[in-house]
Amino acid sequence: MNQKLETVIGLEVHLQFNTRSKIFCGCANDFGKDPNTLTCPVCLGLPGTLPVLNEEALYDAIKVALALNCQVNTFIKFDRKNYYYPDLPKGYQISQYDCPIAKDGHLLVPTGKETKRIRIHRAHLEEDAGKLIHDPNSKCTLADYNRTGTPLMEIVTEPDIRSPQEAYDYLRILKLTLQYLQVSDCDMEKGSLRCDANISVRPRGETKLGTKTEIKNMNSFKAVKAGLEYEQQRHTKMWQAGEKIVQETRLWNEDKGITLGMRSKEEAHDYRYFPEPDLVPCIVENKTIEDIRKTLPEPPLEKFNRLIKDHALTEYDAQIIVQDVALADFFEQCASRYDQTKKISNWIIGPLQQEMNSRKASFTGLQLEPENFVSLILQVEDGTISNLAGKDVLAMMLDTGKRPEEIIRDKGLAQVSDDDTLIKVIDEIISANADVISQIKEGKESAMGFLIGQAMRKTQGKANPKKVGELMKRRILHE
Amino acid sequence: MDLYKLTAHELLDLLKEKKTSADQIAQSYAQRIGKVDPQVKAYVRVRPRDDKAASGPFPLPIAIKDNICIRDNETTCCSKILAGFKPPYNATVIDRLSRAGVPVLGNTNMDEFAFGSSTENSCFGPSRNPWNKECVVGGSSGGSAAAVAADEAVWALGSDTGGSIRQPASFCGVVGVKPTYGRVSRYGLIAFASSLDQIGPITKDVTDAAILLGLIAGYDDRDSTSVDHPVPDYTQALGKDVKGLTVGVPKEFFIDGLDPEVKAAMDEALNVLKKKGAIVKNISLPHSDYAVATYYILATAEASSNLARYDGVRYGLRQIPAKANRTSIIDMFEETRRVGFGAEAKRRIMLGTYCLSAGYYDAYYLRAQKVRTLIKQDFEKAFKECDAVITPTSPTTAFKAGEKTSDPLAMYLSDVYTISMNMAGIPAISIPCGFSKAKLPIGLQIITKAFDEEMMFRIAFNYEQAAGWHKEKAPLT
Amino acid sequence: MGKHLITPKDVETIAHLARINLTEKEGETLTHDLENILHYVAKLEQLDVSRTDPTTHVAPLKNVFRKDEVRPSLSQSEALKVAVSQQNGSFKVPQVIE
Repeated sequence: MNQKLETVIGLEVHLQFNTRSKIFCGCANDFGKDPNTLTCPVCLGLPGTLPVLNEEALYDAIKVALALNCQVNTFIKFDRKNYYYPDLPKGYQISQYDCPIAKDGHLLVPTGKETKRIRIHRAHLEEDAGKLIHDPNSKCTLADYNRTGTPLMEIVTEPDIRSPQEAYDYLRILKLTLQYLQVSDCDMEKGSLRCDANISVRPRGETKLGTKTEIKNMNSFKAVKAGLEYEQQRHTKMWQAGEKIVQETRLWNEDKGITLGMRSKEEAHDYRYFPEPDLVPCIVENKTIEDIRKTLPEPPLEKFNRLIKDHALTEYDAQIIVQDVALADFFEQCASRYDQTKKISNWIIGPLQQEMNSRKASFTGLQLEPENFVSLILQVEDGTISNLAGKDVLAMMLDTGKRPEEIIRDKGLAQVSDDDTLIKVIDEIISANADVISQIKEGKESAMGFLIGQAMRKTQGKANPKKVGELMKRRILHE
Repeated sequence: MDLYKLTAHELLDLLKEKKTSADQIAQSYAQRIGKVDPQVKAYVRVRPRDDKAASGPFPLPIAIKDNICIRDNETTCCSKILAGFKPPYNATVIDRLSRAGVPVLGNTNMDEFAFGSSTENSCFGPSRNPWNKECVVGGSSGGSAAAVAADEAVWALGSDTGGSIRQPASFCGVVGVKPTYGRVSRYGLIAFASSLDQIGPITKDVTDAAILLGLIAGYDDRDSTSVDHPVPDYTQALGKDVKGLTVGVPKEFFIDGLDPEVKAAMDEALNVLKKKGAIVKNISLPHSDYAVATYYILATAEASSNLARYDGVRYGLRQIPAKANRTSIIDMFEETRRVGFGAEAKRRIMLGTYCLSAGYYDAYYLRAQKVRTLIKQDFEKAFKECDAVITPTSPTTAFKAGEKTSDPLAMYLSDVYTISMNMAGIPAISIPCGFSKAKLPIGLQIITKAFDEEMMFRIAFNYEQAAGWHKEKAPLT
Repeated sequence: MGKHLITPKDVETIAHLARINLTEKEGETLTHDLENILHYVAKLEQLDVSRTDPTTHVAPLKNVFRKDEVRPSLSQSEALKVAVSQQNGSFKVPQVIE
């Protein structure tokens, strides 16, 4: 069989909300603490305990639903998903089955040269389970219930994704969209964002879906892409060899770069869903939804397009700046004060980004006012300070919160730019370096650099190097 | 003066007159338990007297059913699977009793996880009816009812999912109340069927029930199904007469299995109420015949899910099967639950699991939820034409131990008169209304609409005071 | 009695779903008991419920929430006090095979 095959992918993302407390109890919603130090009778599922819904988790879920262009279900009900596993204290998970909070949405995904519309099938609210650590030495498993009861949103796409790269791009824009909402830090390493994938292949043109396999245990966006690439190949090979693909769940093995079928034969789960009797329904008013909608930030893709259109940024620059919504706002505030937007973005992407890297801080961790940043740029542009000095001033601004003018004055960083002073210095250098002058006049213009360097040394680096170069050249070559 | 024979309100009067003390009362009951409980076996765990117990206006010792959590006190639902479990927290009702100064005497016997109508399903063995030790105490709050009937406590708390307070109260000749659903917090009540369970008082007379309900009722922000409805002083309802009130008697309740002596007692009770000015009227609750079937689908389905947490992982019993190879976690789940659950628990879990399983959900669970609506609507219609509905509490008096244990369905059918009220979420009280020739107590059930416990107490008190059955004491020495 | 509503195989399946290891005798008894009960509850099929909504909650409550505030948790030792078996601050169970 040598038909052209098409890959069909659907993604299921679990997002942890960053509410202060858990979804059904008052334990702190925190990560990385000692085992079983963030638990209570409710999230331990001790006999007799009952859940009470955290309203912030509901609002966060509505925010996500709106950001994903979904229809928000105004009737909110919860259901029990019944199964047995040691990380599930009640023997059931409180989730949503037939009335998910969101459905029929979409996300615009920039992928390659195009922007693809990936439909969101549904998104619902549920509670997270605990963590199991398998100890092969003592042949036992250890259960930590700190994570039990963390609010989760499960976001499921339609099988609209057509390649592992598209899947990767979907995850990146999804993460950025969710980060803009500030409902989660979307960090796969911390587990606040998790992804499982479904993949199948079919002949191009066929509308029926092929047999799918599910891939779990991918712990980064790259792993999702790699796992899907591996499965895509596996499906393709089997299809071409006429072998039947078994519907199963496979685990991604990062070390070996392969997926493995799970050892225990996984029977289809019968979750015996039924409406959660311990939680009463919520009716969300349309006004509430509209109020929440008004608080939504401009989505990253729109901001990206607008930065290019309104501020003439390159795609490359805009792409970097939108990665952080606070940084993007900062850029726009600077742009409202100074129309040389390319220069602003250069300073952001260059020196400012370097400062953030070396301080291991995000933009919100810094103290920087737009007017001060713009002022700094202007003073470099008009020659008050050199470019190099400007970077130092930036660092000092971030350290002290002082204005650039103050720092330049206090540290005496102002360049010497006036012609008369510079010509005097230049003449001194010229007269001391007659042999170099002859070289230059004979055509070796590169030797000019040496003389400029000398002039800089003579002025303790304070001379405006550009000016020195101009005047030096004029003096030597044209006079 | 035998303090243990007195009611709560009588003891309160004595305390007010300084004719007794909290200590003397506690002492009297402790001695009574020592003397009589070996015969009755109402208690599964007697607490040592707590000298440091908080004092308060109600130092009247109480017996607590073994499914209500008491901090650091073994609470097992009379099941092996919870052996040794000590909850690190109090049920809300226990906190409220504690603030009122009510000391806890101990935990009482029950059918395992409240699955039963005779307390024969307890892993500790059955309790014995103080009126006739060869008879059952009823269930599932049988131990609590027996304790009150035997004067082994001033009063008690039980739980009621399909009649588990009212039926044992009826079998033991005491008063039992199932409040409106949402009236009393379920936080700390080890769940059987979440949409049906309520904690309620079991007492020596109606006045005590009114007092105790007032102490435990009220909104709790830890229970999402708790209703924020003000708690009135229920004792205020006790003085009002019943002139002109209408009580409905559902024609569907005259089933084949209704013991003629029970029917006779009820007819006499209705006469008493008529003499006091009430109007008795025949009404219809057309879906009565479907109540037991509906209940056993809904309650067992919810129970199968509520009991899934008993898997040996975190607390209670853990049983590893004796096997040659390495044990898997599933082996541990299955063996723990095999050993830990009794036969009735297994039966209900299996039935409930089946009703929720793929392919059967619509035919069983969903259908039962719809019939529940019809049953609820029957009562809503009935309360448009009457102030209360009256029925016998149980079709029979206390049956002999072992009589119904071989036929689960027969045991389920004995709940026929009490089951509908849990499904409708409405309050009901059982009060003594006579005795059979064999001197076994007969219970009368008064049912009112949601949050109308005042009407329920009002009619119950009127009858009680006119008939005087509450003054009879079980022949225990 | 007519067709069987539940077979021993069904009982085996349900027992596995419910994670209960039934003995052979228990399986037999349960097959018999469940058969009786299911025949009894089948009477609900007599009713026309096509225009009736299901009741999940009897109390007419809606929108019950708590504020997003942190309340004290149990300490690690308090949480583990109920534990059957523990190690390194965690609840310990026989190995789970993935």
